[in-house]
Amino acid sequence: MAEHLLEVEHLKQYFPVREGLFGSKPLKAVDDVSFTIDQGETLGLVGESGCGKTTVGRSILRLYVPTEGTVRFEGEEITAKNIHNLRKKMQMVFQDPYSSLNPRMTVEDIIGEPLDVHKMYSGKKERREKILYLMDLVGLNAEHATRYAHEFSGGQRQRIGIARALAVDPKFIVCDEPVSALDVSIQAQVINMFEDLQEKLGVAYLFIAHDLLVVRHISKNIAVMYLGHMVETAEANELMDHPIHPYTESLLSAVPIPDPKIARQKHRIMLEGDVPSPLHMPSGCPFRTRCRYATEKCAQAVPELTDRGGGHMVACWNK
Amino acid sequence: MGEYEHLLSVQDLHTTFTTDNGEVQAVNGVSFNLDERKVLGIVGESGSGKSVTAYSIMQILAENGRISGGRILFKGEDISKWDEKQMSGFRGKSCSIIFQDPMTSLNPVFSVGNQLMEAIRLHTDKKGQEARDRAIEMLKLVGINEPEKRLKQYPFELSGGMRQRVMIAMALACEPDILIADEPTTALDVTIQAQILELMLDIQKKLGMAIIMVTHDLGVIAEMCDEIIVMYGGRVCERGTADEIFYNPKHEYTKGLLHSIPSLDGSKGRLQSIEGTPINMLNMPNGCAFCPRCKEAMKICLEALPPEQQINDFHKASCWINVRDGHYPLTEEEIAAGGYTEKEIEEVVSHG
Repeated sequence: MAEHLLEVEHLKQYFPVREGLFGSKPLKAVDDVSFTIDQGETLGLVGESGCGKTTVGRSILRLYVPTEGTVRFEGEEITAKNIHNLRKKMQMVFQDPYSSLNPRMTVEDIIGEPLDVHKMYSGKKERREKILYLMDLVGLNAEHATRYAHEFSGGQRQRIGIARALAVDPKFIVCDEPVSALDVSIQAQVINMFEDLQEKLGVAYLFIAHDLLVVRHISKNIAVMYLGHMVETAEANELMDHPIHPYTESLLSAVPIPDPKIARQKHRIMLEGDVPSPLHMPSGCPFRTRCRYATEKCAQAVPELTDRGGGHMVACWNK
Repeated sequence: MGEYEHLLSVQDLHTTFTTDNGEVQAVNGVSFNLDERKVLGIVGESGSGKSVTAYSIMQILAENGRISGGRILFKGEDISKWDEKQMSGFRGKSCSIIFQDPMTSLNPVFSVGNQLMEAIRLHTDKKGQEARDRAIEMLKLVGINEPEKRLKQYPFELSGGMRQRVMIAMALACEPDILIADEPTTALDVTIQAQILELMLDIQKKLGMAIIMVTHDLGVIAEMCDEIIVMYGGRVCERGTADEIFYNPKHEYTKGLLHSIPSLDGSKGRLQSIEGTPINMLNMPNGCAFCPRCKEAMKICLEALPPEQQINDFHKASCWINVRDGHYPLTEEEIAAGGYTEKEIEEVVSHG
């Protein structure tokens, strides 16, 4: 029996980008990222657009073939050969509930498709029963089975997407910004559902999001990414209350706090400028160009993640 | 221009859209006042009418939309009756708007300088080199480095945060009295969002314009706004100072909204979500728009619109529960607005 449900080791995902007439240059979307997720747990993955968090999720499911590194699921290394079978255990929920559902398919067919692909029923009756069970599980009305996706609101569509992911009874789901497109009042419904399902089915999540309050609420552990690197990871409250990496610090201080009194007192650590292009990565620490503690050493070598006590891992030379 | 009470006074605004499925009242009797140098937040979820309210002020509604009632007084003059020519003098010079997506609101085939100087030439009497100087000055104001170089660049060459800065520079080039910001940071990352919000407050202090901030993000509202309007189903359901709305909400929708956000201290457990889905504007109930989703809904909520109750000097709410609890005896005007006499109300609410 494997120690962890999912083990990601030194994952690298480079994409070739054309440069000039003949040349090509690797875009390092994910550069040497390692982490583990245990059964029934949630790892929150946060970072700004372009930091590689979505790519990590997709590389795990082998929607991209990783450039380097290994991903093990229940101790078994994921390869091109076994991925088809493993997708029965690993699924994905996408951000946009509008474009991730086929408009020409009924709800029944959308949820039934993974069952068809993996041949997970013996007859039409069993297929139908499974679909109705899944719809009930995510709080959809059984009468709506023959409707099309466009007839539903955003929150309900996201429920359809979740039912589709749950159809094969997976142990692990990559949730890529699953609530970002939803209204606040609907967000809370969907977050509650994710938590209920985890309790009921023991499924583990990689929860990718940029809303730090949501991630803190749902995750056991949080990992912070910047420009393809993992810069800090810790237990959720530990990371939010005692951030160590300068990037995490400024990221947290940038979050608008829905409480006017706290918001007025808050001291904000402003980051200057924009994230550098991943095509022109700074040498050494990727964050050094915007970091207020940067020294010469930061330009020379990439800092490794080191344990600062109790599994709070930080990659920084100065902190 | 004569004396006026408020810089902007929106009174009983109705905005209607004609669709294939019938008429939709996107804004249904919205009133508010905005004074000089104030930041007003309009918060609500998609379809609540918050953006349409903003577009109505600017008269930039889609073709099937029109202002069907009410008045919009700017410095005492009703601009809702103004024609296109008068409005084009109002836009930019008196009131500017910035939108959510800075990529689609800039023209991709013209350089930043071209678009920025166009705005300046159209709305001021600055020409040529003068307009160019003004453009550079504005880019500096919004914190863009190497402004001379940026003028020659095209929108795709700039990052999202940079584009939003250009939009702000363009909106403020003619020093308007009011800046309307429609979800200005929703498309941006948090660290960039923080930069833009800070920039807006900073410039507001320097130039002294009033801001109307339209957003669904309660965090942004809490950080930016002096006063808040909460909208649901095309109506204002609660209004007041930021502190009153956040710490003393008196409408069930506002309460639900505040409970839906994960807590700041990281405590786990279920979020108190608002059940149900946002209302269908084609099929509005007679009474309170929120009552199909309201846990506390009473019979009267279905039947009659709740009048606005004065909670205190800084706070008003429209919810029958406040009446039921008896804290806010209604004035005759309020009773008229609700369509019931005080006695009738007592009878209905006491039966739940």
